[in-house]
Amino acid sequence: MIEAVRQAFSLLFPLDSSLTHIILLTLYVSGSAVALAALIGVPAGTWLGLQAAVKVRWLQRIIYTLMGLPPVVGGLFVYMLLSRRGILGPLELLFTPTAMIIAQLLLTLPIVMGLTSVAVRTKGKEAVDTLLSLGAEQRLILWTIVKESRYGILGAIIAGFGRAVAEVGAVIMVGGNIEGQTRVMTTAIVLEVRKGEFAFAMALGIILLLISFAINAGLYRLQAGGRDD
Amino acid sequence: MTNSSIIRISNLSKKYGSKEVLRVTEAAVRRGYITGIIGPSGAGKSTLLRILNMLEPPSKGEVFYYGRKVPAAKADVLALRRKMTMVFQKSVLLEMSVYDNLAYGLRARKLPRAEIEKRVNTILETIGLSGQSKQRANTLSGGEAQRLAFARAVVLQPEILFLDEPTANLDPANVELLERLLVQLNKDCGTTVLVVTHNLFQAQRLAHETIFFYQGELVEAGATEQIFTAPRCQQTDAFVRGRMIY
Ligand SMILES: Nc1ncnc2c1ncn2[C@@H]1O[C@H](COP(=O)(O)OP(=O)(O)OP(=O)(O)O)[C@@H](O)[C@H]1O
Ligand SMILES: [Mg+2]
Repeated sequence: MIEAVRQAFSLLFPLDSSLTHIILLTLYVSGSAVALAALIGVPAGTWLGLQAAVKVRWLQRIIYTLMGLPPVVGGLFVYMLLSRRGILGPLELLFTPTAMIIAQLLLTLPIVMGLTSVAVRTKGKEAVDTLLSLGAEQRLILWTIVKESRYGILGAIIAGFGRAVAEVGAVIMVGGNIEGQTRVMTTAIVLEVRKGEFAFAMALGIILLLISFAINAGLYRLQAGGRDD
Repeated sequence: MTNSSIIRISNLSKKYGSKEVLRVTEAAVRRGYITGIIGPSGAGKSTLLRILNMLEPPSKGEVFYYGRKVPAAKADVLALRRKMTMVFQKSVLLEMSVYDNLAYGLRARKLPRAEIEKRVNTILETIGLSGQSKQRANTLSGGEAQRLAFARAVVLQPEILFLDEPTANLDPANVELLERLLVQLNKDCGTTVLVVTHNLFQAQRLAHETIFFYQGELVEAGATEQIFTAPRCQQTDAFVRGRMIY
């Protein structure tokens, strides 16, 4: 364990260039996937959270189920879409970072949307009634409800990011774990373990955790400081 | 209808599932009056206010405002909405400062900044929350919160004001303050007020006219004096004398 930490540090200072690439690619892939998931999932989840529960109960159940979609299943689905015989085959995206982003988007979108809808539903009809009664128009109401639910929504995004950086099944399937091209932290760890390089794998794991911590700390500050009165 | 009624209700019914919780054949609210709404718990008082404030559609029947049907165009609905507002039985304060809660509806109406500031500061003074304008609304005490909810409605200078148990959480001094404000608002601005209250003394102090609801049904409406001293219906009589068992 101590050896692993030492190795992690010796890896960080100076930064090994292939490791730098892996870290940056991890951030790029998971960051893009979560950003897209937020862009789609927050409005969609807000809409969902404002619908009468009985009206959207099936949709809600499907989304809750997809929140637990196994990464390998999501990966397989995207693989089939992007493979040469798939609908999106001609785009030749398989084994590229873009393919990995698509796969992680599929995994994180249900989480962001589902948890956003829960946050909004918790605020509830009473908040909407209050805003209506104060004479707010539809767009202002939506915006205010998003702001009122901001803690829950940021929580949704944090959970989505956690899922994206942690998963390995989907990115390895559609990315292929190609060194210098589609290798990210988790897939690198899998490889190192296979090679029997447990210390190095552990070092990578610690770095991944540190990155995750730094990003979540940032998001948390956004959440706490996001009063935006 | 007469010119003096600002709201008129015709053959109104509200059902939740198969349960009818409100039934009003005919009723009118007089312009510039304070109308009290009384009745036992579950009688449909809040439901009525919610329908009148256009937060919920009736299952049947119609409500006329200013002698007209609710308009079809969205912009007209918003304009009509902005003539009235409500203080809820369970008020929701926004997770913002006291000041921003008060300014919210004024900002929605795109009033000039200076005007907003003037109105908000005046009302803060009136309800005794001047020193707390920057405090976050969700940290207010129960009574402060209720005063804020009241002020947030009044600051809009509505033509029609719906109040659902506005003084339920207040101490006597603040009850007095709010009642005084209400009477003043009604006198000075001609605001039409509909106030639901469980406090029969309050109804007698404030209301020019009183409506009595029982099990979703409008039983009796009339001058407050008459409702409390010479009710026509037996149920009204039992209720105002505190002898109704439900
Ligand atoms: N959304 C709803 N779904 C089902 N029933 C409802 C709903 N809203 C209200 N009710 C029922 O309608 C009836 C009237 O409710 P309402 O809130 O209007 O009563 P109220 O006269 O305001 O009572 P209180 O004095 O206790 O506030 C109650 O029996 C209530 O349970
Ligand atoms: Mg009520």
